[in-house]
Amino acid sequence: MTSIHIIVFLPLLAALVAGLGQRFIGALAAKTITTAGLFTAALLSWPIFIGFLSGTETPYVAPVMQWVQSGDLTFDWELRVDSLTAVMLVVITTVSALVHLYSWGYMEEDPDQPRFFAYLSLFTFAMLMLVTANNLVQMFFGWEGVGLASYLLIGFWYKKPSANAAAIKAFVVNRVGDLGFMLGIFGVFWLFGTVSIPEILAAAPEKVGSSIGFLGYRVDTMSLLCVLLFIGAMGKSAQLGLHTWLPDAMEGPTPVSALIHAATMVTAGVFMVCRLSPLFETSQFALNMIMIVGATTAIFAATVGLVQNDIKRVIAYSTCSQLGYMFFAAGAGAYSAAMFHLFTHAFFKALLFLGAGSVIHAMHHEQDMRYYGGLRKHIPLTFWAMMAGTLAITGVGIVGIGGFAGFHSKDAIIEAAYASTSTYHMYGFAVGVIAALLTSFYSWRLMFLTFFGKPRWIESEHIQHSVHKTPETATDSTGGYHPHESPWTMLVPLGVLAVGAVLAGYVFKYDFIYAEEGGTEFWAASTLYFNTHLIHAMHEVPLWVKLASTVAMMTGLVTAYLMYQRSDDAPQRLSAMFAPIYRFFLNKWYFDELYNLIFIRPAFWFGRLFWKQGDVGIIDRFGPNGSAAVVAFGSRMAVRMQSGYLYSYALVMLLGLVAAVSWMMVQA
Amino acid sequence: MNAADFPILSVMLAVPMLAAIACLFVRAEMARIIALTATLFNLLLGVWLWISYNPAGAQWQFTESASLFGPIGWKLGIDGISLTLIMLSVFLMPICIGASWRSITSRVGEYMAAFLLMETLMIGVFAAQDLMLFYIFFEAGLIPMYLIIGIWGGAERIYASYKFFLYTLLGSLMMLIAMLWMIQFAGTADIPTLLNTDFPVDVQKWLWLAFFASFAVKMPMWPVHTWLPDAHVQAPTAGSVILAGVLLKMGGYGFLRFSIPMFPEASADFIPLVFGLSMVAVVYTSLVALVQNDMKKLIAYSSVAHMAIVTVGLFTFNQQGIEGAIIVMLSHGLVSGALFLCVGVIYDRLHTREISRYGGLSINMPKYALLFMLFTMASVGLPGTSGFVGEFLALAGAYKVSTWATLIATTGIILGAGYMLYLYRRIAFGAQINADAAAMPDMDGREMWLLAPIAAAVIWMGVYPETFLAPIRRDVATIVARIERAAPAGDSKLNAKDPTTAKYRVGGHGSEKAAEGSQH
Repeated sequence: MTSIHIIVFLPLLAALVAGLGQRFIGALAAKTITTAGLFTAALLSWPIFIGFLSGTETPYVAPVMQWVQSGDLTFDWELRVDSLTAVMLVVITTVSALVHLYSWGYMEEDPDQPRFFAYLSLFTFAMLMLVTANNLVQMFFGWEGVGLASYLLIGFWYKKPSANAAAIKAFVVNRVGDLGFMLGIFGVFWLFGTVSIPEILAAAPEKVGSSIGFLGYRVDTMSLLCVLLFIGAMGKSAQLGLHTWLPDAMEGPTPVSALIHAATMVTAGVFMVCRLSPLFETSQFALNMIMIVGATTAIFAATVGLVQNDIKRVIAYSTCSQLGYMFFAAGAGAYSAAMFHLFTHAFFKALLFLGAGSVIHAMHHEQDMRYYGGLRKHIPLTFWAMMAGTLAITGVGIVGIGGFAGFHSKDAIIEAAYASTSTYHMYGFAVGVIAALLTSFYSWRLMFLTFFGKPRWIESEHIQHSVHKTPETATDSTGGYHPHESPWTMLVPLGVLAVGAVLAGYVFKYDFIYAEEGGTEFWAASTLYFNTHLIHAMHEVPLWVKLASTVAMMTGLVTAYLMYQRSDDAPQRLSAMFAPIYRFFLNKWYFDELYNLIFIRPAFWFGRLFWKQGDVGIIDRFGPNGSAAVVAFGSRMAVRMQSGYLYSYALVMLLGLVAAVSWMMVQA
Repeated sequence: MNAADFPILSVMLAVPMLAAIACLFVRAEMARIIALTATLFNLLLGVWLWISYNPAGAQWQFTESASLFGPIGWKLGIDGISLTLIMLSVFLMPICIGASWRSITSRVGEYMAAFLLMETLMIGVFAAQDLMLFYIFFEAGLIPMYLIIGIWGGAERIYASYKFFLYTLLGSLMMLIAMLWMIQFAGTADIPTLLNTDFPVDVQKWLWLAFFASFAVKMPMWPVHTWLPDAHVQAPTAGSVILAGVLLKMGGYGFLRFSIPMFPEASADFIPLVFGLSMVAVVYTSLVALVQNDMKKLIAYSSVAHMAIVTVGLFTFNQQGIEGAIIVMLSHGLVSGALFLCVGVIYDRLHTREISRYGGLSINMPKYALLFMLFTMASVGLPGTSGFVGEFLALAGAYKVSTWATLIATTGIILGAGYMLYLYRRIAFGAQINADAAAMPDMDGREMWLLAPIAAAVIWMGVYPETFLAPIRRDVATIVARIERAAPAGDSKLNAKDPTTAKYRVGGHGSEKAAEGSQH
């Protein structure tokens, strides 16, 4: 029993106690046990991370128990601890602990709190199993486990039809990715005869240059396996094509969005690519695909984020876009930059979500930013926390000196894309800069609409409902509503994450993305492929490249300021002028409509067709019912033949005799 | 006493048989108690059997032999594969009796007798070592099931039982003819001897098809599956449990015991047929399950899809595929049995299987919602439950044979999630739209006692499947070794240096990068 066992299994134990025992121990005990469990796990995780930073820890695998042994296929339950795991450990346990604490305030009025806390802890356990996996199947266990927890938490308010629909969508769309992941594991097992991650990574380079049969085609072996595994990553990390579940997942309570759909679960795909980076390094085709998918997702999600009105949906598309950044960093070969952005993003995106939750809490569950405005003075602490998050995500900083978290991590990705030698690296670079502009615009738009300007609360039905006033009877645009700052349980997590959003980039950049200053040593204690050539090239890009993202960020900020602060009707005029594009963005590029048309409706249509026409119309009609009819017909004929007249029996006998004789003659 | 010198298999067959006779002559309450006692006693005997079974010992253990009339011999004996399926039967049986405790009120004695007779016949199927004895158990199993559906079933029970009988009987006759030929050829009906008899390759094809006609119906495989939804819908809850739990496993057991090891060449030749039908079944029946309005029909169609994974796994000719198929059989026996019990729990309260008559049950039946969720997830194949281990191994084995079959069969994980979660949502989530459904009480102690053991077994099999893999490992290896000569090559053939795909792979510095990367 080592500390890693406690870190991983304490949340499971807490989830079981809180979930199954809630009727015996009560809500308060359930909340206390889960929250205390997570804080304990977080306190135990940081020393491991710091140990790897200082070089005193070495990677090890802690066995748990046997799982499956079938012929030459063996995989066990075991916990792998290395520097890559350590990064994920602190991210998961810290954010999870803070989200547990935050939920004390946010979920205070919910009658079903023990179940909520049990789900949160269960999720944390599954996520920890994912990141400590030493074989692909345990990773898949965690992968599906977080999917289950995500499903349960999105659908937590199960009386809402929209929440139920979103939960099923999240699970099923993820399963599409899982199909790729599973086929990838099968292929890996077929090729290497093992699913153990270190063994696969060691054996992969030998297979470069080989080809393999797949669906009747002959394809490059390593490209096939990497692409199949990456399809799994696309599902979990909501990349273009399989992203449609993430915005809908915002139906879940906001703490869930912060923990699962921003900081941890959705980054599992990035983690997987980094964990298996030596494998991905054997296929340029797969890396190109990751680069293109990641970059396209980054720009796609950013364009949709520009025009959304729901505060959580803006942040959700922002997450989708930032995940795209992480992927194209990996596609460029800068896995450490991807992990760095994953690390900083966890802090500032969780902060933004929890801040948004605090705003929603203050605004009586109103989520539409068109009905916000002027909240800065009413909820100042939330405002400053959100400000820290916005400064971090937009990457505010001064080149050569330092800045907020995103300044270090996002700019590293853009520089890596420029410096990379991969085929499509300039596409990644261009998209990275443009998406940075868009990121800055939608982030500041959110800030301006929410915290600045005049209150527009009276239009909101939620607010009207709470103060019992309609727009006609109201005296001013506040509708007589007084927003309140959130309780300390919600503000403390905001404060801690704000510190992370400010400092995480500056403090940890050396160990993540500088070679001689710690990176080489830090990442050597993991399976992550640390490309020192690329890291050096990254730091030596021309000054204009380094400035490009800062300029993009400033442009976005100024545009947002002009449109939402200086002008009354610029957004309206602009959306009218570019109506088709606006509608295209607003409707999320019509992905949902398209999928509904080509997948969902045909599935039900074919289901009915197979049932009514196939089973009933053909199989039953000509099968059992048909044979029954034949039997009935035969018996009617037999009855008719048994007429009692001697001549008819004689005729039958004669016919039979003729038949028998002719058959014998033919035989002879 | 040592199990080895004690005729434990005969006793396990006799106990339910004697109890069945007793049930016919006593009052309803007494019949229930006798049935429960007998099945629990048989479960204890099963546990003893399991403990005494030596995975490293002889291939056939607890053998008994006595001559009966004519060519039929009373020969019993089990290997690990039989053992696990016997365990499944004796485990589910007391649960079935418990499930019928209150819901069956007419002709209780006869009902219990039918179930007990069923148990004898099921154990007999898995323990028989004589071909004709196997045939008798296999076919006689139809009779109690036919009666259970026809007497204690729903409104259209006559049609359903007739369809069930017609389908399963037709296939069986062909199998009988094939068996008679085999006995003629080999000069014995002893199954262990037949397992080592090499039948002429050109005859194998016909024998294989004759067995296939019977096993494909029992399985059931597409397109001879349509008896199953009707039978399930009309059967009483316990009837559905035993039908899905054990009777559907007889087809898979038959393939594994007879078709594959006795006719390896024919089995290899017919792989395209088996895989083709299985691929159709996965997609077709999953989509049909999606549009069902009747809970039992939905689960029945999902059974067909799951059984298709079994047939894919069995015909992979490798250890993972066959072991996976066996685990899917065991898992499906538990999970679909439990799902039918879940249906029974709410059917007993509202007397309808119509999905839209329920809704929002999480609110008034939280314990029920939790267990139903667990079994839903197990059916979907979530890792950590029994459903995953079997599916994963079966499909991993299938990949070695056919990537197409693996791809199509694996789409089952998407479609399965679709129809099961859609079902769960309509039953347990949403608002309480129906007042009578909202007034239903949560599960009582009896119902918890029926479902909790299955839940424990499902998680056990998912987390530590070694308990179930250990006894079958050697026997599967024996089969794999025997059929190795006919094993298919698979379509993933590796070509170590292939210039045609060069454009997709890393360039000069790339391979050097890769080599560097692997050092970590």
